[in-house]
Order: sequence, then C-alpha cells, then structure tokens
Amino acid sequence: MASNDAEYSPGFWGWLNRRLPVEKFVREQLLEYYAPKNFNIWYFFGSLALLVLVMQLLSGIFLTMFYKVGETTSFDSVEFIMREVNYGWLLRYLHSVGASAFFVVIYLHMYRALLYGSYKAPRELLWLFGMFIYLALMAEAFMGYVLPWGNMSYWAAQVIINLFSTIPAIGPGLVEWIRGDYGVADATLNRFFSLHVVAIPLVLLLLVVLHLVALRQVGSNNPDGIEIKEHRGPDGKPLDGIPFHPYYTVKDIVGIGLFLTLFAVVVFFVPTFGNLFLEEANFEPANPLSTPEPIAPAWYFTPFYAILRAVPNQRLGALLLLIAVLAFFFLPWLDRSPVKSIRYRGWWFRGFLAAFTISFGALMWLGLKPVSPAYVNAARIFSVGYFAFFLLMPWYSRWDRVKPVPARVRFHE
Amino acid sequence: MNKLAFVAVALLGAGGAQSVVAQEPAAPAAEAVPWPQWQAENEVSNVASLQRGFRNFMSYCAGCHSMKYVRYSRVATDLKIPTAMLKADLLPDGAAPADYIHASLQAQDGVAWFGKEPPDLSLIARSRGVDRIYRFLKTFYLDPTRPTRTNNLVLDAAAMPAVLSDLEGVKAAVFRNVDVTVAGKTTTTKELDHFVTVVPGRMSGPEFDAFLRDTVNFLDYAGEPAQVDRRSIGVWVVLFLLVFTWLAWLLKKEYWKDVH
Repeated sequence: MASNDAEYSPGFWGWLNRRLPVEKFVREQLLEYYAPKNFNIWYFFGSLALLVLVMQLLSGIFLTMFYKVGETTSFDSVEFIMREVNYGWLLRYLHSVGASAFFVVIYLHMYRALLYGSYKAPRELLWLFGMFIYLALMAEAFMGYVLPWGNMSYWAAQVIINLFSTIPAIGPGLVEWIRGDYGVADATLNRFFSLHVVAIPLVLLLLVVLHLVALRQVGSNNPDGIEIKEHRGPDGKPLDGIPFHPYYTVKDIVGIGLFLTLFAVVVFFVPTFGNLFLEEANFEPANPLSTPEPIAPAWYFTPFYAILRAVPNQRLGALLLLIAVLAFFFLPWLDRSPVKSIRYRGWWFRGFLAAFTISFGALMWLGLKPVSPAYVNAARIFSVGYFAFFLLMPWYSRWDRVKPVPARVRFHE
Repeated sequence: MNKLAFVAVALLGAGGAQSVVAQEPAAPAAEAVPWPQWQAENEVSNVASLQRGFRNFMSYCAGCHSMKYVRYSRVATDLKIPTAMLKADLLPDGAAPADYIHASLQAQDGVAWFGKEPPDLSLIARSRGVDRIYRFLKTFYLDPTRPTRTNNLVLDAAAMPAVLSDLEGVKAAVFRNVDVTVAGKTTTTKELDHFVTVVPGRMSGPEFDAFLRDTVNFLDYAGEPAQVDRRSIGVWVVLFLLVFTWLAWLLKKEYWKDVH
C-alpha cells in the first residue's frame, strides 16, 4: 500500500496531499474499506438511493430555473417547462419519476434492513439516521407534490396539513401557522417552494453524510448477519471482507445500469405510470371549489393514509398514522432476538414479517381506493397486521427458535 | 334568442317529424361493444390523422374552446403543416402564427349562454383520458328537458350542446331498466339499450368515428406535444443502457473471478 507516500511525492500530487488528504481519503474509504463479500441484490439499494438523490438535485436545479412559484403562475410554468423549454419535459419527468423511484429504492433499502437485522446493535444510530432521512424525504416529497399546483396538489395539501389540526389545544393555530393563511393558498405554496428547494435538501444532505460516516464506523451488515470484523487474518484484514473498490464499485455500476434501464423505460414510455406517478386530476389547475374523487396522496404515502381512514375518530387516526411511521425508529430496541439475519431466525419472526409485508402492500393498495365499508374493514385488519409486527416484537423475537449462526459468511455467487 | 338553442329546437322539430321513419332498429349490431368500453384507439404518431384532427379542432372546437398552452406555429411544425397553408386556411383572422390558440368566444358570453366558460382543452386528454373524450363526443342524445335540448351519457347535464350533430346526425337514446343487486338490496338503474337516429347527419357512422378519432388524436397530441419525440428518444436511451449494463456486468465478472 502506498500509505503516506502521496504526501512526499513530488509535484502537484504531493503539494495537494500535504494540504488536503485526497489520497488518504480514497484509501481509507474505498481501497482499504472492507465490505462483506456476500452482498446480494438487496445491497444495491443504498448506492441507488445516493444516485437518485443526485439525480433529483440536478434535475431540480434545472427545473427551478424555469418554474415560477405562485398561485397564478405555478401551473402555467410547469406547462411552459413541458412544452417550451428545450427538453423541459425530460427534466420534469426525470424529477417526477425520480420522486417515486426514490421511494421504491428507499422502501427496498429499509426492507433489506428488516430481512437481515441491519438495525440491530451496533448499527442502531446508523438506522436512526436512515429513519430521519426517510422522514425528511417524506416532507420533501409532499412539498414537491404541491408545487405544480394542480387540483390534486391543492387537495392533498389541504388534507395533509389538516392532520395537524387534530393536535389538542394548539392544532387549529398550528395549521394556520403552517399554511400562512386561513386556507391553502399562495403563502403556503411559496413557503413550500422555499422548504422544498433549500431547507430540506440541506437537511437531507447532512443526514446522508451522517448516515455514511456511521456506516463506515460500524461496517456493513450482510445477509448472514455476521460481524466480519470478528474474524481477521494475520494481516488484520477481515477474512470475509473484500476492498470496497474495485469490487463493489464495479458491482454497483451493474446495479446502476439495471436501475437506470428500468427508470428510463418509465420516464420515456410510461411517465405517468397509470396515474400513480402523475395523476389525471393534477392536470387540472388547483380549484378550491372542485374536489377530486377520490382524494388520494401519492402511492408512497397510501399505507399510512389507509391507516388514517381505517379509524373512525380523526384524532386517533392521526395518532396511529404518526405511530405507524415512528414505530420504525424503535426497531433496534424492540427486537430481542440473538440473531440478525432472517436466515437464522425461526418461524415466529418470519411469520410476523410476512404478515407485515402483506399488510403494508394491502394498505398501500387500499389507500388508493375510494372509501367503502368493505375497504375500511379490510384496512382495519391489515392495520392490525402492520402494528402487530412492531408491538409484539419484544415477545415473539425472544420466543423464536433461532438456528445456530455460522462463524463465517456463506457465499453464493 | 340565442342561435344555438334555436338550431337545437329546429332539429328537435325535424326529429319529431322523421322519427317514425327512422325507428328501424339497425342500431344494435353497431353497438356490440357497450359505450362505457368504447376506445379512442388513436395513434399520436400518425401525422396525417393529427393534421385532420387539427383542422377539425379549428373548425368545430376553437370557436368556444381555447388551448392557451399551444401555439399555432408549434402545431404547424410538429404536424408538418406549411406556414403558407397555416396562414391561409387555419389561422383565425388577426392571429399570428406564434400566438397561443385562443377561442373567439368571450368568457362572459360563455357564462351567459352556457352557464360556464367552456374549458381550455390544452390538457383535457391528460386530465380526462382520450377514451372518455371519445365516448363523450359520441353519446349526445335528445333530451327536451335540457336547455340545449341534448344530454350526454358520459357527462350528465352537460353544458355543451351537440355541436357535431350536423355531421353525426341527431340521436335519441332508448333506455332499459336494469336491476342491480348489491348486498341483498336491489336498485333499478337506467341503462342505454341503443341509439336511434332521428335525423341523419352528413357523415356515415364509420366516417364520423374516423372524424372523432382524428379530433381526439389531436387533443392527445396537444396534451403533451413532446410525446412522440419522447418515445423515439427513449428507444435509443434504453438500448444504450442495455449495452452499458451488459459491459458493466462483464467487467464485474472479470473483477470478481478471484473472490470465493
């Protein structure tokens, strides 16, 4: 290894490295950062999330050059981008499909953590940073959704902001403070624009840096849930680890290629994705006098929306919605199992995870549908499946009959 | 008295006189597919159809409906219409090629005559879908209770008069009662059985269908003028990415040879 040679090398490279640890950074973070060699397809989604973040920032910068925020200008300027800006349609679709892609990738990334126990010690803080990223992303997506000022933008903002009115005592005043007006209006749109393009992206970037620094500190988990640092060779390197670069850089490029291919198919051939990524109702300008039927939030929020609608009491519903999101934060402490990976867990955990998976998917579907008694009853049953996964975890994860965990990772090519 | 209502009344009168003759039930054969399932089946890549659709739009729609996001010149470029022809045959008096398409009808007149301003059609294909528009334009029927003397199956109590009746003819709708049982409760709803032509139009059935298809096709184009470009660029982007991914996979395989 070239250790500190760079600082003593002649010419510009030495000059630069004496002032900025370029070589040291690359060596420590890539060449000598050892990752488990048994990553499977689930481990693509971390790097893909980073890719989508960069794509959203870049396409967003260009959209901001042409978008004109304001009650009377937002809708028109989006159509101006779609029709009169060169490749404006591409920028807009990259950004709108990118928003949905972000949630696809993040949900799969989070699901990987559930499968392999990646939230368990010593990765609790890594998981918490990830969850804060998820919260920031939800806020970012919601506010971005309002910006085109279509009719669904308007009514989604109306419904979601009104959730805060269920907070006892301060609710109604808080809602007014958030909107900056007595209803969702120009003031609301302007502040959402500011938060969407400046405040939340800054928070997101900070959290992503913290997430990555924490990851480098504890090292990646793997499908076997084994700590590779516990088995080192005579040279001190983990026996089951391989340098991140070049092995995982070349592998992640394959993942990026596959992802971008699917992404391009959606952007160029089905950008509205059958009403899921861009809704028909949002091609009509915001109209306080005409409510779209049904009002549904974007697909990535519908599991929580279905839980909200399953409860007859609005305040209780909003509380359950909040708990449904926040429950993820407590996973590291709810899980009492001695093993991490689903490969070595017993049927209790597998059963509850399966019930949770089905419930989450079913709630997502139900949240998109109009309210009917049958759907509301179904949403209640699936809400139980959703919450049981978290609330009963301290018990079933302890009762579970786990299998012995091998000392070294199993490797499948 | 406004002119359109007068025309409708005149048509209704004519219909009353001819209805006995036109009662022959030739219709059911043509209605093999029930109207809620009719499809526009338009092709946005068909430039000739779009040209006809634009002509139809300018002749039958643009009097009342604007397309405030669409410029005449952009349409001419995309639809390969020579500027001379655009200026001679398609532009309204006083409009320049770079203008947006604005209806001749004043908004307040629209409110006075129809009860509302006729909606802008730039995005109608995106907000309603082409099939719904096609069904809307094909399901006007006589209804003496309405101020326009016509009603519509897709949009009940539509404010829009049957402006295409000159081409399609005037139709009466024959309904049947259908019992629907949901959870033990039976409700009777009115459903279309068939249409009866009261006054024949200038076009035959297939001709009118083709006319609608072209018109809806133009609305589809206007909703997203870049869509044909989008798809043709997309083919190359996806092909490039497939080759890129294949090469990346070969590279990965080469690097990972020695990992066991």
